[in-house]
Amino acid sequence: MSINYTDKIPNNVELGDDRKLQRALEHWQPRYLDWWQEMGPEGFQTDDIYLRTAVSVDPKGWAQFGHVKMPDYRWGIFLTPQEEGRMVNFGDHKGQPAWNEVPGEYRSTLRRIITVQGDTEPASVEQQRFLGATCPSLYDMRNLFQVNVEEGRHLWAMVYLLHKYFGRDGREEGDALLERRSGDENHPRILGAFNERTPDWLSFFFFTFITDRDGKYQLAALAESGFDPLARTCKFMLTEEAHHLFVGETGIARVLQRTAEVAKKIGTEDPDALRKEGVIDFQTIQKYLNFHYSVTLDLYGSEISTNAANFYTMGLKGRFEETKIDDDHQLKDDTYPVPMQTNGSIGIEDVAAVTAMNERLRDDYEVDVLKGVGRWNKMLEKTGVEARMVLAHKCFNRRVGRFDMGQPDVPHVAPDGRIISEAEWTKRHTEWLPSDGDHAYVASLMGQVKEPGKIANWIAPPRVGIDGKPPLDFEYVRFN
Amino acid sequence: MDGSVTSDVLRQHLIDPEICIRCNTCEEMCPEDAITHDDLNYVIDFDKCTMKGDCLPPCPTGAIDSFRKATRPWTIEEQFGWDSLPPDAEPVVESKGPLPEDVVAITENATSGAGGQTLPPWSAAHPYINLYTPEQPAVATVMGNMRLTDESASTGIHHLVLDFGNNAFPYLEGQSIGVLPPGEDENGRPHHVRLYSISSPREGERPGYNNCAITVKRITEDNDGNPVEGVASTFLCGLEKGDEVNVTGPFGTAFLMPNHAGANLLMICTGTGAAPMRAMTERRRRKWARGAREAGGSMTLFFGARTAGELPYFGPLKKLPQEFMDVQMAFSREPGAEKEYVQDRIRAQGKQLAGLLRDENTFMYICGHRRMEDGVEASLTDICAYHDMDWPQIRDRMRLAGRYHVETYY
Repeated sequence: MSINYTDKIPNNVELGDDRKLQRALEHWQPRYLDWWQEMGPEGFQTDDIYLRTAVSVDPKGWAQFGHVKMPDYRWGIFLTPQEEGRMVNFGDHKGQPAWNEVPGEYRSTLRRIITVQGDTEPASVEQQRFLGATCPSLYDMRNLFQVNVEEGRHLWAMVYLLHKYFGRDGREEGDALLERRSGDENHPRILGAFNERTPDWLSFFFFTFITDRDGKYQLAALAESGFDPLARTCKFMLTEEAHHLFVGETGIARVLQRTAEVAKKIGTEDPDALRKEGVIDFQTIQKYLNFHYSVTLDLYGSEISTNAANFYTMGLKGRFEETKIDDDHQLKDDTYPVPMQTNGSIGIEDVAAVTAMNERLRDDYEVDVLKGVGRWNKMLEKTGVEARMVLAHKCFNRRVGRFDMGQPDVPHVAPDGRIISEAEWTKRHTEWLPSDGDHAYVASLMGQVKEPGKIANWIAPPRVGIDGKPPLDFEYVRFN
Repeated sequence: MDGSVTSDVLRQHLIDPEICIRCNTCEEMCPEDAITHDDLNYVIDFDKCTMKGDCLPPCPTGAIDSFRKATRPWTIEEQFGWDSLPPDAEPVVESKGPLPEDVVAITENATSGAGGQTLPPWSAAHPYINLYTPEQPAVATVMGNMRLTDESASTGIHHLVLDFGNNAFPYLEGQSIGVLPPGEDENGRPHHVRLYSISSPREGERPGYNNCAITVKRITEDNDGNPVEGVASTFLCGLEKGDEVNVTGPFGTAFLMPNHAGANLLMICTGTGAAPMRAMTERRRRKWARGAREAGGSMTLFFGARTAGELPYFGPLKKLPQEFMDVQMAFSREPGAEKEYVQDRIRAQGKQLAGLLRDENTFMYICGHRRMEDGVEASLTDICAYHDMDWPQIRDRMRLAGRYHVETYY
């Protein structure tokens, strides 16, 4: 199959002149489309969706709107423009010119970093593939598909790096990215959270708010990389990631707003009363937040990690906003506080900063999540209800690192950070995490609303539409 | 933004903290480093923002698409403290109370093509409005009344110069005055006020004297072609030197010219819609004649009429050097020549126009018969599409920036 490189694959990597890359993509692209047909949004492949397509990296070109069928979406390859004279900004190679080719000694490490990042992109598309059938409005359906096609593009971005810089190994990794399946017992996706189901829209909104935000922080750390093509690729991906975070943050805000409005109307915040009105009670929303937040914290890895330290000293993966931090960017003598168990409570241990890179990124992430939660609470306060959302302690419900509750001798932690007994956990964990009953209730609300101008009862309409279009009264999806 | 010329109400680009999700995209995109943030809010530094708009399309939320009128720029420290955007400041204009209802109605109708009343250019001078009312009009004396169009032309367009004597009547190019025709209508009520655009620059048709010029077309038929005698126009066109007229106003707070160096004027008009264009070009021409050639950016005028003989100010226009102003005329009924409407002329100058529309320093004025609106709109849409631009988007941005002004009438 031949590809018209300029039309079909918008790019700024001179794909038209790169025979080697063309050959690799000729092999990969049909498989990608097969994967998209098989594992992409189920049942909407022939419909016209009002999507944003990036056709170039300048501000005018990367947000072009129009109705497109998803399989015809122009997945492109974009890097932010090269920064003249860019250096490796941290680690042992600090001050050397940034690499435009993969340094031989870091080849397998870099390939692994790119593969792990790349694996999350198709995974989320797979996790979300049935959500179209239960969308609360056309606006939300469109946002779901926008997120999906952009995750698809992020896969392209990572595969480009694999093809361009890693030869045959890279091509094999590129193929494997299309072969793993989210939740598949024999062939799962690499990271745990990406094998969880996204069963309903409340989960989807939390996934985009909470888990895509992990994506933001991982991409931001890789955007500091000394390997310049990786840095530039991730930087451009970050611009798209912003939309995903927006879908999540405003999605939850709208669910909370609707519940708050109904609570005001009926004069009670009692969960049963709210459920009778067909909205999602505050407690259930809080439990979803606890679940998604704790599962996502695991994605950052162990508090103390030699791998993470190596990535940093090698100059491959930096800290969040590395170049804006005022220190030596080598962390030779610095320490960083990580949580540890002390007698019956959670204490702090100062460890060599370079070994605590995961924890540091997790903490930066926590600050960002907190701000979003704060904005929801401000809205709740304005609406005049008592309920507030609370972010759980970062050691709550963990499966990775020092507080992995699956390990012997690791105690359970309550959302408020108290160390608790096994008995208390067993008795109370359904107060903190969604129960089967909660999932069943949320699932019972999910019914497809696909007429322009209409929206499901459990969520408030958005304040503004996409690309200046009306929030609800617009055919964001045209069914064929 | 250059602060050397100030207007009383400025327009500031802000970020709506209630919609913004703090994703940092705008800060990354801004080529001027005008956007910054603290723990709470993303904010825009008024002094650094050039309204280039690179931040607008990438914003995932639309929070960036916020503009407010302010009497002084909100500092970034003030913006850091916001939970929500402040309301628009009311324009500060000198006015003797509320505008007369009929003036409001006429203005609303005339500006509907621009989507309603807009803001003036940021460097526009401070307008005075409504200094004289129907109850207390200014009495002006006719200093001259000259027919501008050929005797053979189907329309008689007159150039009237009015002197205000000892009545203070400060005005700006683009403003209008109201004329109160004497007598009563068939129901025994005073005639409605008629608005006429001022066609002289602010210092007067005759500089140094307290006077202004207006452009009046004698109405001889209604919109359906039935013979009818326009009350005010017949009265005005029949005036002789020394006659007195009751005048109200001045009116208009938006259709004003920019005063900062480098501002391009793009003017599109038909018939007596030439009046405000004449005022603005005359203002520039006089400065230019005094040697202040750096005073303005380019000027481009598209001017449509049925024939050359019906084009007011046709003679003087032809004498202007091309380097001063690019004049593009279109005639729809010129004997022996192909029909050409102003939108056809615009289309023929597509490349030049596209360049002007790309320039953030271009200020656009459309004035004339309502009929021209659709054609002009279609031409601009096509030109933009051809040059990979989106006219509705550009127009909206220009309007928000006080750079797009429409006054049309039947």
